[in-house]
Amino acid sequence: MSGRDRVLGRVRRALADVPADGLAYEQAVDRGYAREHGERTAEETVDLLAENLADYRAIVHRCTEDEVAGLLMRLYAERGSRTVLVPPELPPHWPAAVGPVRIHDRAVSTPHELDRVDSVLTGCAVAIAETGTIVLDGSPDQGRRRITLVPDHHVCVVRVPGQVVASVPQALERLDPARPLTWISGPSATSDIELDRVEGVHGPRTLEVVLMSGA
Amino acid sequence: MSGGTFVGMPAFPAAAREAVGNTTLRANLRHATHTIRDKRARAVAELSDWDRLREAGKRIKDHTLRHLDRYLVQLEESVERAGGTVHWAADAEEANRIVAGLVRATGETEVVKVKSMATQEIGLNEALEAEGIRAYETDLAELIVQLGHDRPSHILVPAIHRNRGEIRDIFREEMAGWGRPAPDGLTDTPAELAEAARLHLREKFLRAKVGISGANFMVAETGTLVVVESEGNGRMCLTLPETLISVVGIEKVVPAWRDLEVFLQTLPRSSTAERMNPYTSMWTGTTDEDGPSTFHLVLLDNGRTDTLADEVGRQALRCIRCSACLNVCPVYERAGGHAYGSVYPGPIGAILSPQLRGTGSEIDASLPYASSLCGACYEVCPVAIDIPEVLVHLRERVVQGGEATRGGNRVTLKPAKGHAAERAAMRAAGLAFARPGALRAGQRLASRTRRLHPRALPGPGRAWSATRDLPEVPVEPFRDWWQRTRGGGGGSGDDRTTEGNGR
Repeated sequence: MSGRDRVLGRVRRALADVPADGLAYEQAVDRGYAREHGERTAEETVDLLAENLADYRAIVHRCTEDEVAGLLMRLYAERGSRTVLVPPELPPHWPAAVGPVRIHDRAVSTPHELDRVDSVLTGCAVAIAETGTIVLDGSPDQGRRRITLVPDHHVCVVRVPGQVVASVPQALERLDPARPLTWISGPSATSDIELDRVEGVHGPRTLEVVLMSGA
Repeated sequence: MSGGTFVGMPAFPAAAREAVGNTTLRANLRHATHTIRDKRARAVAELSDWDRLREAGKRIKDHTLRHLDRYLVQLEESVERAGGTVHWAADAEEANRIVAGLVRATGETEVVKVKSMATQEIGLNEALEAEGIRAYETDLAELIVQLGHDRPSHILVPAIHRNRGEIRDIFREEMAGWGRPAPDGLTDTPAELAEAARLHLREKFLRAKVGISGANFMVAETGTLVVVESEGNGRMCLTLPETLISVVGIEKVVPAWRDLEVFLQTLPRSSTAERMNPYTSMWTGTTDEDGPSTFHLVLLDNGRTDTLADEVGRQALRCIRCSACLNVCPVYERAGGHAYGSVYPGPIGAILSPQLRGTGSEIDASLPYASSLCGACYEVCPVAIDIPEVLVHLRERVVQGGEATRGGNRVTLKPAKGHAAERAAMRAAGLAFARPGALRAGQRLASRTRRLHPRALPGPGRAWSATRDLPEVPVEPFRDWWQRTRGGGGGSGDDRTTEGNGR
């Protein structure tokens, strides 16, 4: 007998005494929990996102669409980044014409090559205010999962208020499960040593989130 | 490390007695559990609908378990449609054989691992070692445990029993034997220790061709697997290798994508007391040019269907491994995780391990007693597992025996041997209480001889009194005292009670 038949047979025997409840999945669970916690305007939701991002040690900046190129240049300069990794397609006006060398992620790029890059710049799919989370889904302005993982400095541009939702349930509604998804809440962190939180273990030690309005 | 099954562990009372005498361990544990328990309460208080989320989580899991065969088959279809391959393992040996075969087929002799309870449960690292494959644990706490030739002691923070000084010593002494040595002059600050782990592990991540993980959730509807973590080691193992093998217990399936909205709110707040953990990875099969090109899912039974067959105990399969119950448990706080002799320690371990493994061994028969039944574990559980109820149910099984399912077959368990004295004492008590005259005579005799009573019970009762203080026999039996005084104040005692009730 195959492992599959054995396991499924055991499951069915284990449930033999369970009376059929007749409840379809839709009726089995009361979804009376909140779709979001509290009532907020779009601006207040963005403020909450900024607050919760900062609470988990992400560095938050705000700008308009016109200011974004200048802001990004300043962030790279402050960090001394000479190379910036970019996903396949960024809105053309984000990275300024001058500044650090832009490196494109290619299928053949090895993890070691990514490890030598100073910074990475991406957009995002959605951001969640209540938890201070940005979600990447591998769209052309975000790139492969590995590019926001190996370099030590990640700059993520969130278009506000359009890409911001209040809550986890609202975020899941917007996301496509067929895509590979990465949820990021602050920089890499560990609490494994005496439950003291330390930022930066394996993922980027610095996460900067740019909340860009006018988009 | 002695393996996932902790063979040869003494029963809980013996292991706990030793642990309680270790003052460093107790201090480490007390600090850690109290820190997290206070933070958790604040994180939970932020959600006004916590009770409803908890109820929804419970209902989703109960519904899934009720129709587990249907959802597993649906999951298999979804994963394979998305480019993955599904394997089924009835027990640890079968799972280990499948994984070892898959690794061997890649030609690799090294794998990087995401922290996973399921692979610890089946002793995967040891099984791979026997096949000449070295498994590197990459979670910081698991690294500390692996380098320290130690065993994990907590579900979420496996090295919770170690303080920073001990961790520094382990890194200094052991890192060189596994790869990049610890930096010179390493101090015991958590930031420096984390940096040492980063450097040590990065060389492994960047060259790894095979990753092994578990999963927190699997979505039947979409075939999506979810791993919740903090450090980024999970993301490294899930996205950099060419081959990914996930070993996941069959109880981790949920029906629909939407169900994640419940658990992604309750799990982080219950476990690390955060609004959201730093990283969550979700993948569905394989994606071209992003992440592993080969994905295998190994669905693990290993006692789960036996647990499912127990109508009281099956609720343990709702567990989402948040570890909130450990952090509030007064017994865990003093005894530590090793005393439970299982990869699942604390209150949830006390009900899960004897169900997954059966109550045949001394350690498993003792686990249902590793509790004061205070109920704190039930209060914090985000899927409302009534742990005290299952503990009492399992105690009954240990003492009285009865019907159970082992390895998919119905068996009749005999009463455990060690409980003969308790049964004899209960029989004697039953006889005495049925004969008031004998009870009174016995009580008077006991009171008159009270100075002669030993501090511990002789014979088969010794084990009982070794872990408890014998109650002192009062100078006078309660019945005599009541007859003489009418409750201490003659008639006035009754008056006071009446007065109190009248107000």
